[in-house]
Amino acid sequence: MRAAQALRALCISRLPRPVSDIFTSKPTSYLRAPHFQTTPYSTSSPQQKLAADMHPHIKRSTAFKSLDDADINHFKSFLEPSQVITDQSEVQPYNTDWMKKYRGQTVVVLRPKTTEEVQKIVRYCNEKKLAVCPQGGNTGLVGGSVPVFDEVVISLTLMNQVRSLDEVSGAFVADAGLVLETADNYLAERGFIFPLDLGAKGTATIGGNVATNAGGLRLLRYGSLHGTVLGLEVVLPDGTLFSNLSTLRKDNTGYDLKQLFIGAEGTLGIITGVSIMAPRRPNAVNVAVLALDSFELVQESFARAKRDLGEILSAFEFWDQAAAEVVHKYVSHVKNPFMEGDRPAPAFGVLIETSGSVKEHDDEKLSRFLESLMEDSIVTDGVVADSETQAKALWGVRESITEGLSRAGAAYKYDISMPVPKLYSAVEDMRERLASKGFFEQGRVARVVGFGHLGDGNLHLNIGGPQYDKEVAEAIEPYVFQWLKELDGSISAEHGLGLHKAEHLHYSKPDRMISIMKQIKDLFDPNGIMNPYKYLPKS
Amino acid sequence: MSSLKVLVPIKRVIDYTVKIRVLPGGKGVDTNVKHAMNPFDEIAIEAAVQLKEAKKASEVIAVSVGGAKSVETLRTALAMGADKAVHVETDADVQPLEVAKLLRAVADKEQPQVVILGKQAIDDDSAQTGQMLAGLLGWSQATFASKIEVEGDSLKVTREIDGGLETVRAKVPAVLTTDLRLNTPRFATLPNIMKAKKKPLAKLTPKDLGVDITPRLEILEVAEPPKRSGGRKVESVDDLIDKLKNEAKVI
Repeated sequence: MRAAQALRALCISRLPRPVSDIFTSKPTSYLRAPHFQTTPYSTSSPQQKLAADMHPHIKRSTAFKSLDDADINHFKSFLEPSQVITDQSEVQPYNTDWMKKYRGQTVVVLRPKTTEEVQKIVRYCNEKKLAVCPQGGNTGLVGGSVPVFDEVVISLTLMNQVRSLDEVSGAFVADAGLVLETADNYLAERGFIFPLDLGAKGTATIGGNVATNAGGLRLLRYGSLHGTVLGLEVVLPDGTLFSNLSTLRKDNTGYDLKQLFIGAEGTLGIITGVSIMAPRRPNAVNVAVLALDSFELVQESFARAKRDLGEILSAFEFWDQAAAEVVHKYVSHVKNPFMEGDRPAPAFGVLIETSGSVKEHDDEKLSRFLESLMEDSIVTDGVVADSETQAKALWGVRESITEGLSRAGAAYKYDISMPVPKLYSAVEDMRERLASKGFFEQGRVARVVGFGHLGDGNLHLNIGGPQYDKEVAEAIEPYVFQWLKELDGSISAEHGLGLHKAEHLHYSKPDRMISIMKQIKDLFDPNGIMNPYKYLPKS
Repeated sequence: MSSLKVLVPIKRVIDYTVKIRVLPGGKGVDTNVKHAMNPFDEIAIEAAVQLKEAKKASEVIAVSVGGAKSVETLRTALAMGADKAVHVETDADVQPLEVAKLLRAVADKEQPQVVILGKQAIDDDSAQTGQMLAGLLGWSQATFASKIEVEGDSLKVTREIDGGLETVRAKVPAVLTTDLRLNTPRFATLPNIMKAKKKPLAKLTPKDLGVDITPRLEILEVAEPPKRSGGRKVESVDDLIDKLKNEAKVI
């Protein structure tokens, strides 16, 4: 008994408002206001603000019922005890996003194991008008995966089975809660590759990837999920099943409804199954990292890569000096090959990956390409991985940037796309703007960092500071969105809208389109229970 | 003692990250997968190049026994800083004793003062070649090196052993084998990769060296380790304690 209590005490963190405030009925056995202690092991800082407090204009909808014991008992009538989490210390991680920026206030997490269980949950919630928040790996960066108020969290992580793999066509069908890396490992053993890769692969689930239309590191080669997803199984807001787990590559019979769910961020239904086209795993993969002096040269190297590497090019990423320095300083296990002996990072770093079927052919092509870059002084230096271990180490330099920024302090993250020539001017412009307001001098902004998928015209603009600073945030937004509007760029290339950008949608989409989106939302979800307060603007 | 000539034997092996598949028939593994330089050999090349950069060595020669594709591995060694490469070409399956005999013959030709090998190859894990070579040459040996210092006409080597660390002084000429903590091998940089193409690469055969490479050992069987039996989840700490006590019987 004592061991159990000690274990629990390790995980408890403090909420600023008593849980009992949220309920209309007197709390009983499941929902008694817990005793709180803060310990160094809390999963979120005791000072972390609630998402609701950070966005005071969002009010909990009075249309939604408040959870009570009868509801919990109903869930327990068809779910096992371990599938219904009400212990506040265990619920906490589901309330907080990866960046520790958004904190919700749910009191219950449901973890269905089958599609039928998801349907039962959703049907009940729709009848009772209980708001729900579907959640996969909870690695989203725009606050879309955690509740704002007391939305019931429906975690898909226990639904993680592979359903089938057609080894001739490559059609791969699996549960939505399957972790991306696990899916890829399963496919790797059979000679296939998952057509999506991103830094969060060890935690993100494929259902969440599809719901957010994740882009990632290999979009350049395999295309977007809108193209690679063959079919979906979705539980609609009324609990009925949209069952379209097709494995057909071509099927032009009617409106392609699955496209609506891809990128809908859980607002039109809960994805429970994914059917996707898995390409054959390449036999020969090469990774090279280059050092360049200017963004113009980065663009030149990209143009040449497309021309000289052509069909074998599978990734083209870039980062600036500030990004490399953050990794060097805060992620000690990752070594930047150009920063040996504490040399300063080059102005720009580029990672090129090639994937093909014949090693000798690819080696020859890559080696000629890299030599031409050196001879024409496009790059000042470069390294090529000689083994898989080195390849992973080089990818680490790019993939650790996000982690490094999180460790360095607070990060204001913007994921934007615009015409490639203008890409880096977003960084330079923001640096100048924040410098002119004295934020660097005052130590309120430590760095402005740019990196991303150059091949897709997608920049991750990050501003880093010691802690979240309202004035700094106001200097950044809506300035950056306005800047993008003038270039017809996107305020969210791949991270999505979630809570962060819902109100800013008009910077990238005209009103008429937004009103059609709202009609579609109302069609699927008349009670509005499915992941409310996000994605579409309120007004 | 500033003109040490260093010979570094290297081996092309299946890449350390590849999942090994035993072939049906149980006589070997699927070799149609990614290959790379044996990681301990990379460490050996790095150690030799560092000695050259510290002006303790004058020349680093990389040598490899293997088929045509071993040339790629030798080019990597050249790109890391080796000055020249020797390829002893054979498609036959060579075993540690035969390799040691071939290396002795190469050493007789090249006349190095130090031979640095990886402590073992990650495909057969024999960990014999360095030791046998020292025996055949009659040289001192210091194996599992995690630190190498040149002191006059000797090498002061810190060895990783079961109990901790042991420091020995080996008089030159000496054979060393490298352990993991000796260094972190550098990446091959583009300028060096380009220079490597112009460095000399000599080809020899076992016949040229007068060595009989007939294997003395026969592989009887290759099998995967027994599959792990599944773990189980428990619902509470009490359940865990109960199972550890009564089922696993470990407490």
